[in-house]
Amino acid sequence: MFEQVMFWLFGAGAVVTAGMVVAPPFNRNPVHAALALIASFFCMAGLYMLLLAHLLAVLQILVYAGAIMVLFLFVIMLLNLGDHELGKQSSSVGQMIGLVAMAFVTSKLVVTLATSADSLPHGADPAAPEALVRDGFGTVATVGDAMFRHYLVPFELTAILLLIAVIGAVVLAKRNL
Amino acid sequence: MIEIYEPYIPVLLIAMIVVVLAGVILLANGLLGPKRPTRLKGIPYESGVDPVDSPRHRFSVKFYMTAILFLVFDLEVVFLYPWAVNYNGFLADPGFAATAFGSMAAFLVILALGLFYEYKRGAMSWD
Repeated sequence: MFEQVMFWLFGAGAVVTAGMVVAPPFNRNPVHAALALIASFFCMAGLYMLLLAHLLAVLQILVYAGAIMVLFLFVIMLLNLGDHELGKQSSSVGQMIGLVAMAFVTSKLVVTLATSADSLPHGADPAAPEALVRDGFGTVATVGDAMFRHYLVPFELTAILLLIAVIGAVVLAKRNL
Repeated sequence: MIEIYEPYIPVLLIAMIVVVLAGVILLANGLLGPKRPTRLKGIPYESGVDPVDSPRHRFSVKFYMTAILFLVFDLEVVFLYPWAVNYNGFLADPGFAATAFGSMAAFLVILALGLFYEYKRGAMSWD
């Protein structure tokens, strides 16, 4: 009961706030969209928590709401669009199509979720998620152990990926020096 | 079934308190606070001088550079954390101790190369 209530709370929160990012309901201030995105990240962290992915839930807040969000805010500050550039909010054919598509995806999602209890492993009790995972699942120690014992190559490749990000950022920003 | 989520109950409680308290304060301010806006009240105040320019200036890309470099090294710390938690366990396993140390050393060296590149290209200098 508890996790069902929390799931619908976080899930609805994530979807609604994500919608507020794409189509801010009150005005077209990009900072408001960024704030809605933070709320969406927190709801996602709540969903990870319900999935017992403890480390992932913390990292979602630490990295996404903390660091990735900074990048979005810096882009907003770099562009610094005023009301003039943003223009008036208008309804158009494209928005109507988007609305229909969103309604379709949402209904599909609801149907899938409503019937997803059937897809659980045989004999599993949907009301006892802890029975589906091993002891210590999702904790820092378990994730770290798996990362260094079984996924060492992907871990080292992450370093290369981050190096590429550093070089790319420097090249893009310092091209005219 | 609620037992596995028990460590999160205080987090949930404080989140609820924060949301409710912020909502109540904003609502009370909106309902009770007197609002008599005039044009003069709306303009930015700076030492009694009338504003000469729009405050919406574009920020330099240098700030963005700092942010993206922060992000990269923030992610580095994210990977250091599970390693540090497990390191004593890795050391207790003689066949794995060198790999555990070497893998993180290689990870840090690769990222230090990025830092070195950045320094040589002058991305650290503000001008």
